[in-house]
Amino acid sequence: MKALCWEGVNKLSVEQVPDPELRNDQDIIVRLVAGTTCGSDLHLIGGYIPAMRAGDVIGHEFVGEVVETGSAVRRHKVGDRVVVSSFVGCGRCWYCANDLWSLCDNTNTNPGVGQALFGYETAGIFGYSHAMGGLRGSHAEYVRVPFADYGAFTVPEGIDDTSALFVSDSVPTGWMGADLGGVKPGDVVAVWGCGAVGQMAARAAILLGAERVIAIDRIPERLEMTERYIGAETIDYTTTDVAAELRERTGGRGPDVCIEAVGMEAHSDGPMHLYDQAKQQLRLQTDRPTAVRHAIHACRKGGTVFILGVFAGAVDKFPLGAVINKGLTVRGSQMHGQRYIPMLLDRLAAGEISTAHLATHSVSLDDAPTAYDMFKHKTDGCVRAVIRPGL
Amino acid sequence: MKRALWMVPVAAVGVAAARKAGAAAHGAGTGDDRAGDRWLTVTVNRPEEDVRRDGKLPEPLERLADRIDVRTRPAPGDRGTELAARLREPTPPAATSVPARLAGQDPRQDVRRALREAKALLEAGEIMLPDSPPTTRPTPGGRLVGLIGRRSGGEGVL
Repeated sequence: MKALCWEGVNKLSVEQVPDPELRNDQDIIVRLVAGTTCGSDLHLIGGYIPAMRAGDVIGHEFVGEVVETGSAVRRHKVGDRVVVSSFVGCGRCWYCANDLWSLCDNTNTNPGVGQALFGYETAGIFGYSHAMGGLRGSHAEYVRVPFADYGAFTVPEGIDDTSALFVSDSVPTGWMGADLGGVKPGDVVAVWGCGAVGQMAARAAILLGAERVIAIDRIPERLEMTERYIGAETIDYTTTDVAAELRERTGGRGPDVCIEAVGMEAHSDGPMHLYDQAKQQLRLQTDRPTAVRHAIHACRKGGTVFILGVFAGAVDKFPLGAVINKGLTVRGSQMHGQRYIPMLLDRLAAGEISTAHLATHSVSLDDAPTAYDMFKHKTDGCVRAVIRPGL
Repeated sequence: MKRALWMVPVAAVGVAAARKAGAAAHGAGTGDDRAGDRWLTVTVNRPEEDVRRDGKLPEPLERLADRIDVRTRPAPGDRGTELAARLREPTPPAATSVPARLAGQDPRQDVRRALREAKALLEAGEIMLPDSPPTTRPTPGGRLVGLIGRRSGGEGVL
């Protein structure tokens, strides 16, 4: 079958790879209908995520049709249209039982690598390096889905493929930031980043009752999209002092909850950006935490900062003093998709959340490398490119 | 240049893993004079009677029964059962060296792998296997990652 493979730093190509096969009784095989580019893919494409191998299939956010089921699969049958959580959970370890699915004990087949990096390993994730399980990704004609009874969800009639696609990762990730960030009625919430995850975090904050939600970015079309489809206020950080603007809009207090939805390749317009970029390029730090710093400084005393962006290792100039002296709660997580996906499909069907606008481009698998280049450089108004192997 | 830089984090993973495991093996820099005979432990989200059903060790630990001591006890907070194992015979230093571990000859690797697999079987009913083949293009960097991955199930911080 054809698949989009990582071939080295900033090198992608479409290659012929062996078809996936059922490896366990609880697996299913899914024929891809659609997958999408994700900002976190850019980190591994750029070589910032360790333990990639040339030839690795990337992609982790997808919707498709079940074409084969293992003997122990009970909740799915051939022909089902399913959206699949990007993280794989066994469903029965303590972490899964407590709805902390991205921490599953039994789905990272390379646990020692994650333990060396982080102390304890994460769950496995599709197409996201051998440190995070080494599973093949979803930018292919077919993909194997382990523990399918727990991670694959039948898409209800009435939800189209493109809308359902983003419930695989972007929507639950955003929802998790607002939920685990403790957003409650009356809060003022600031979200750094107006990509798909940031937009969904802003929408979740609104639906959880936030009084005001303010999203921050520099890309005009993303800011406009956030106001139009999400209903949040926006700030363009290239023309506005964000900290001053947030103080003014919050009566001098600062936001109650600050959600960072940018990740390790953050941009900014100050000298710290050049400093961070130089250190990252020289591998003197693995991640650029620009937006995290801003969120910590802007957050009100006693508030919460939730880090949704992907970070892989160590950062420099982390404002620990501000965390301690302002009494902040700082929290982060990879995505516990299985915890939220059924509820989010219901909200999508009810029209409370819209996602189709995120799909600014639609391409074939053959054109996926070009789509990633466009997505990386944010050209042609690209927010998300949807990759359709059937085109 | 970019290709060379990409190798840095890969090598860092290997070095970090080796140093961490090396420290665990020899107590270097940790002040741990029991590193060689510590119990390797997992917590299984099942009651103790399921973990030692009919007094037997769970598979695949049972296959190592003549080489290991095993103990179980309830985990606090309703988290299931703590399952611990260690080799009966002290592991000679040569067997815990980095070359021996990379060659897959450290006997503790068998114990760690068996503990993880027993936990997976008890909790999830199967040991999740990696995709096969894991990747399709052999490169020096990829081979290094592949080697680390193959040893990974027997390494780490149990």
